[in-house]
Amino acid sequence: MELTRLTIHQARERLKNREISSRELTQAFLDRIQALDSGIGAFITVDAEGALKQAEAADRRIAGDDITPLSGIPLALKDLICTQGLRTTCASRVLADFIPPYDATVTAKLKTMGAVLLGKLNMDEFAMGSSTEHSAFHPTRNPWNRERIPGGSSGGSAAAVAADFCLAALGSDTGGSIRQPASHCGVVGLKPTYGRVSRFGLVAFASSLDQIGPLAKDIPDCALMLNAVAGYDPADSTSVDRAVPDFSANLDRPLDGLRIGLPREYYQSEGLDPDVAGALERALATLKELGAETVSISLPHTAQAVATYYVIAPCEASSNLARYDGVKYGYRDPRADELLAMYRQTRSTGFGPEVQRRILLGTYALSAGYYDAYYGKASQVRTLIRDDFTRAFGDCDLIASPVAPTPAFPMGANVDDPLEMYLADVFTLAANLAGIPGLSVPCGFSGEHLPIGMQLMGKPFDEATLLNVGHQFQQATDYHLVQPPL
Amino acid sequence: MKITRDEVLHVARLARLELGDEAVEQFAGQLADILDYVEILGQADTRGVEPTSHVLDLTNALRSDVPGEQLDRRRALANAPDKTSDSFLVPKVVG
Repeated sequence: MELTRLTIHQARERLKNREISSRELTQAFLDRIQALDSGIGAFITVDAEGALKQAEAADRRIAGDDITPLSGIPLALKDLICTQGLRTTCASRVLADFIPPYDATVTAKLKTMGAVLLGKLNMDEFAMGSSTEHSAFHPTRNPWNRERIPGGSSGGSAAAVAADFCLAALGSDTGGSIRQPASHCGVVGLKPTYGRVSRFGLVAFASSLDQIGPLAKDIPDCALMLNAVAGYDPADSTSVDRAVPDFSANLDRPLDGLRIGLPREYYQSEGLDPDVAGALERALATLKELGAETVSISLPHTAQAVATYYVIAPCEASSNLARYDGVKYGYRDPRADELLAMYRQTRSTGFGPEVQRRILLGTYALSAGYYDAYYGKASQVRTLIRDDFTRAFGDCDLIASPVAPTPAFPMGANVDDPLEMYLADVFTLAANLAGIPGLSVPCGFSGEHLPIGMQLMGKPFDEATLLNVGHQFQQATDYHLVQPPL
Repeated sequence: MKITRDEVLHVARLARLELGDEAVEQFAGQLADILDYVEILGQADTRGVEPTSHVLDLTNALRSDVPGEQLDRRRALANAPDKTSDSFLVPKVVG
């Protein structure tokens, strides 16, 4: 078997038994990226030199029996996670030359464990988008069909894992940005509970919704990655000081008696593609064969979720992105000769259209006279959406639903119609509004052989149940083993 | 709902964005579509409902007032578009 097809847990055994070296493994990924990424566009920056150095350092540690679960494992990061000394662009012209002076906490944790960082992955600019077409540099193509989008905003992360360009990746999820591309590219993607993973060094989009999480080839790898990055961080006051379980420990628990809630509003949703509905139906049948029960539940404010999100997220974004003023770091328009003109020209030439649209929307909704009607109202509806989940979890242990209403759409399909693109986030963004964890697991293919994912949403801080159910599902199915035609 | 040209220009001024005529037209239409859609929030009964700005039951996160690790001047200035050895430079502020 080619080295690049291994999972983390398989590669780890071989590294531990000295059957392969990290240098050899890292070189195999660098060669594959070199040969194939021009047709996919998953990476913004490949750090071959740095990766090989890290691999050699990992090999030395392994030789001294200093072995962690990620020793010598080649990974890649979405390009909004800061890497000291390595360009971090957020796929924006504004940060095209930004070299972070420090590591994000998750980066530091991976480095401390001896992981190898191959480079930085493409995304929608500032994580705003669902297709990775809104990158300022180049779009990413779906490894399953290059005329399709890979999803977004962590489209580079999902495509890289699907194309075997890395063993796993980190992405970020504000309204579905890990789960939706994972679904479209046929990989596992987890958005942890808000506060589970430190956001220190994550370039901010919407601070009350953003969360970093793993994209991986299977559930055991996803659990290893979550183990590596989870935990309280004094540098992020919204990370939660709470014990982190070993997420690898309970994957084999049987599902007998587990109650899986099926939200009526999701399954009756207009625009749910028949292939997606069919795949979900079969997946639920499998889970029942494994001993789980399904119960019908209601999330009554589903109809308001997209609107709530598309008020709150742009409001927070308009505030967060005020920092890009051309003064302390990032791009400055060189033509301006006075301060105000410099701010305006820098921001207008630096930000792409989707980012400017969201800044305008957020600024409008927060401006004098509109605040109560938009941000105030949306924040109240957010409470109702949280309450819906709290009530639903009284009747079930987790919730299963589609991730996206359709498989990956053709490139260019929604570029001129932002609202249409926003509506496709209907199943994922409620988890961010409520702060709960959500997992995407491959559960089938469309008639056109595009991957379809199932979303499992859990109680706050109960990622372990999602991973357990996901793993039992993968033990009974082989969707995650099918390779894209590359 | 109609968003006028002047409204887009007002919001752009608040957001420190400079929009060309074509962008003003396009954003006016798209913002109106999105805001029309957002009207659906009105269907939710929020009388007496507390707003959620944050999902955690956190109020303040305090730490001891002890200096921690910080960026030195050289590293803090490293990414500046224009600078001297100890400060950020900007174009003239007053005429």
